[in-house]
Amino acid sequence: METYLAKEEERILAGEFGEGTRKALELLVAIGDAYDAEKMIPINRAHAASSGQEGDLYFVELLADGGARCRVPTSTNPVYDIAYFHRLSDAIPEDEAEVARRVMEAYKRVGAILSWSCTPYMAENIPLYGETVAFSESSATPYVNSVIGARTNREAAQSALAAGVIGKVPRYGLLIRENRKGTHLVNVEATLKDEFDYTLLGYYVGKRIGYGIPVLTGISRQPSTEEFINFCAMSNVSGAISMFHMPGFTIEASTVEEAFQGDFSGDRITVTDRELKECYEELQTTSGKIDFVILGCPHYTLKQLGDVARLLNGKKIHDGVSFWVCTSATGKVLAERNGYVSVIEKAGGHVVVDTCIDEPCWIAYKNKVGVTDSPKCAYYRRFKEAMVARLQDCVEAAIRGRWG
Amino acid sequence: MKSSEITLKCHKIIGGYGEGEALVSHEPICFYLTDPKTGVVRERSHELAGKNIANKVLVFPSGKASSVVQIDGLFKLASHNVAPKALIVKNVETVLVVSAFLVNVPLVDRLEKDPFEIIRTGDFVKVNAEKCRVTITRK
Repeated sequence: METYLAKEEERILAGEFGEGTRKALELLVAIGDAYDAEKMIPINRAHAASSGQEGDLYFVELLADGGARCRVPTSTNPVYDIAYFHRLSDAIPEDEAEVARRVMEAYKRVGAILSWSCTPYMAENIPLYGETVAFSESSATPYVNSVIGARTNREAAQSALAAGVIGKVPRYGLLIRENRKGTHLVNVEATLKDEFDYTLLGYYVGKRIGYGIPVLTGISRQPSTEEFINFCAMSNVSGAISMFHMPGFTIEASTVEEAFQGDFSGDRITVTDRELKECYEELQTTSGKIDFVILGCPHYTLKQLGDVARLLNGKKIHDGVSFWVCTSATGKVLAERNGYVSVIEKAGGHVVVDTCIDEPCWIAYKNKVGVTDSPKCAYYRRFKEAMVARLQDCVEAAIRGRWG
Repeated sequence: MKSSEITLKCHKIIGGYGEGEALVSHEPICFYLTDPKTGVVRERSHELAGKNIANKVLVFPSGKASSVVQIDGLFKLASHNVAPKALIVKNVETVLVVSAFLVNVPLVDRLEKDPFEIIRTGDFVKVNAEKCRVTITRK
């Protein structure tokens, strides 16, 4: 079945709205054909998981050079803060810096929101309950689907950008209610004390299920924003979890039965403290002297920047350790206003905006060993070794210059 | 020996025409885990490890790995002119569509017969995505 196209869409494909817009719709039609989507439906917003990679550069320049402009608010993922990193180091290859510059320039030309943030749902581009949207970024997709209750498929950067330009997506997958039902029941017996426990829970659930829609029960209190963010991000490091239900705490289903839409035939999984401890141990690869601590993958919220500032207040980071916290531009402005940035900087740390771990700006740490609180940060393999630990332990390691 | 030829209907996802020697993989493919300059599969545990996907008609069950990695992987192969000539897949998903779209390689699925039973590595395969036809010649 071919996706039905409205008159305006036929005109776009005929080139009446320019080559860039035509290319964007061509991609969406191909995706619609792949899934037998009956038609295109409007979206209210999009998030393009931009990256400083060549494939991304090619597509966004193709659209920008072809005169395409976003019709709905379309935010962007981090690349890296070119001015900040190049001031500190001249190790970043000029051709890689040039790709980053061109990517950022091209997203500006297509009229995207230049958020350069992987948590756009916190400030720059916030979906509403029930909205259809096109959100790429593997940690943003489940947050938007599950915590907010908007509807998005697991988009690639290019399909999300194309959707932002056209203002529509083919109707398939998680945009359809029946496809949003649970596939696995996860009984959580583990004690979840803090954000890091949700990091481990996400990592375990992703690893165990791989691909699916888990329904989590047994959680005794409302998770915080940061706990949800961590669960979303880490379940997509070890697996591909585009949506989950936590009846009572997420919005779309208030009971387990509702989460499965009355049809539960999938697997049952139990998570105890032991499984989380094993995940933690799996993430400890070495010990001894460290060269860096990197936090903020996904981008730290204002609350987390405050936590770092409190832990570092009056302390000094070890001379041999580079200490980084990544956040959004919005997060940094507010953290400056609250005095957090000056505390972190006084202790010897950096608070950097617009920056992703999976970028060439970290080249100085290629052969270095460090600690992070994020398995996602460790996964990108930009470093020789990156151990994963609780925030408090990361800060302590930064002060001591050693881990373990 | 006489060669045999068979034509099957298929479903077009990315249009165009591509022909070449078939390379069949029963395992999912991650383009990032190939040598971007030659097309040789570098994933050690993969059944195609050491084989070259350059200019082949690749028959495989599905893609795998994160969107950024998969898309950039095929893009790099194409920029060195060592991408496959066409892709015949069983389970398609968004990322694979985007990958094939960006490099303009024909992508088809839903052959009227199971491609893993009909196509063998080494067969000569013509993929006419525009006409929704796949022709397989065995020598």
